Amino acid sequence: MAGVFGWVWLAVIIVPIYWVVITSLKPSNEYFTTNPLLPSTNPTFSAYQLVLENDFVRYFFNSVIVTLGTVVPAVLISFMAAFAIVRGSGRFLRFTNGFLLMGLAIPLQATIIPVYLMIIRLSLYDSLTALILPSIAFSIPLAVLVLSNFIRDVPNELFESMRLDGTSEWGTAWRLAFPLTRPAVATVSIYTGLQVWNGFLLPLVLTQSQDLRVLPLALWSFQGQYSVNVPAVLAAVVLSTLPILAFYIVGRRQLVSGLTAGFGK
Amino acid sequence: MSVSAATTRAPATAAPTSPPEHRSVKTGSVAWMALPALLFFAFFGGVPLVGVLVLSFTQWDGIGAISWLGVGNWTSVLADPVMWKALGLTFGIMIFSWLVQTPLALLLGVFTAGTQKYRAFLAVLYFLPLLMSAAAISIAYKALLDPNFGLAASLGIPWLVQNWLGSPTLVLFVVIFVLSWMYVPFHSLIYQGGVRQIPTTMYEAASIDGAGTVRQFFSITLPQLKYTVITSSTLMVVGSMTAFDLIFVLTGGGPGDATRVLALDMYLRGFRANQMGPASVIAVLIVLIGLGLAQLLQRLGGKDKTSSQMEGM
Repeated sequence: MAGVFGWVWLAVIIVPIYWVVITSLKPSNEYFTTNPLLPSTNPTFSAYQLVLENDFVRYFFNSVIVTLGTVVPAVLISFMAAFAIVRGSGRFLRFTNGFLLMGLAIPLQATIIPVYLMIIRLSLYDSLTALILPSIAFSIPLAVLVLSNFIRDVPNELFESMRLDGTSEWGTAWRLAFPLTRPAVATVSIYTGLQVWNGFLLPLVLTQSQDLRVLPLALWSFQGQYSVNVPAVLAAVVLSTLPILAFYIVGRRQLVSGLTAGFGK
Repeated sequence: MSVSAATTRAPATAAPTSPPEHRSVKTGSVAWMALPALLFFAFFGGVPLVGVLVLSFTQWDGIGAISWLGVGNWTSVLADPVMWKALGLTFGIMIFSWLVQTPLALLLGVFTAGTQKYRAFLAVLYFLPLLMSAAAISIAYKALLDPNFGLAASLGIPWLVQNWLGSPTLVLFVVIFVLSWMYVPFHSLIYQGGVRQIPTTMYEAASIDGAGTVRQFFSITLPQLKYTVITSSTLMVVGSMTAFDLIFVLTGGGPGDATRVLALDMYLRGFRANQMGPASVIAVLIVLIGLGLAQLLQRLGGKDKTSSQMEGM
């Protein structure tokens, strides 16, 4: 039964995606007249050309900047915190751990109004930095949780021998724990990256310039602008998904484990 | 919440858990390393959480000065039928999404946990919605459901030709369907991980006792997945409560107020109607309901652990 259902669900997933792709390749006049499930007899990239001419490349790079600008610092400071929580003891670290665990339950949406106020007061409104700073903060709790679970698995003898060699804790963190937990670091980076790349609310609320749009926001405004040209709108959908799809093809195994890591049991 | 075995490179048995006093070092030497993360999260997560509570007692248009108001926002929001409708819609969509998504994700998780090559291939395709942004998915569905030129309309199947996004009743089915389309793959991944951790010996023993597939599912798989169900349900419930982007782009809350869920109500009051005070009241309500539901689900599962709301971001 699960087998039959598996194939039915495949259709549910694939038919809309197939329709989006073939429609994006249709000449805009053909869209209204041809069978929607059949590919165009004379497919064209003109819809793609239109999207690319409308600053798609700029939006793409905005997304790249915000994603990398979030992931790199978020993972590094989360790793440091996770290392301290695993290796250290005392009230301060217990409090930090508890506070960050509690933070897992704070939804971004619920804090957006004060975040907006703070970003204005910091004179960061309408900048890419305005997107990066809160994104870093909101990715920390899960990153610390996953990374500390992994660091705990590093055998104690390795830490001991580093200590006997006279290595500082700082050195132990980066020269022993970091390389050993690389799969977890990759996992956390990918998960955080995916969240930020697809994020919509922060860009919607914290930026307004057209120049500063990231891909999901650009897609939304493009849709309003070209609502009559459906193939162009769908070409924009495809183009916005392609980079992450390429990434998926390269790092599939890591991405799947990345998504399960924080939630699996 | 522990890390799945699949992602741990070291063999599961080779992870000695020595007593903490052996592992830990003097606090002063490592504690400072936790400081950047703590400060960052306290500043952009902790302070805003207190801030939203404070702002709920003030008057602010989003640009000008902020002035103290007292309980005025609370009394007006709690007396506002728009908020109560949004609250009802939020719970309705949450409950129906759960009812639709849980069995689907569970079945797919069990299905993809099998080892045949074609299942691995299917799992790759199931994964696609996870890569797309909510904005992209909503825009694709808006075009697809267009009553004049969308896929549904052009196929000529009578019951498919509906004004899906324009009818206050139908639009709710659409929202639940698209939410499921987007999130079932993620939850089936969680279930897949859960199923893979059930010892195969249990199934072998059951087979010897003559239990069929269905019996095995209800007597072994389902009970063994209890905590996975709790984890997934918590994420699902809280996630569907905070699913802002998808509904915002797909319907904008319409037609009328038909899909104006709490998160959308907050955005529209705050950033469209420039009433940050009442919007903050809604935000506080979202936090309280989210925390309450997460707690409730953990209690039901008889296991206390903090859950994440990352999904809704």
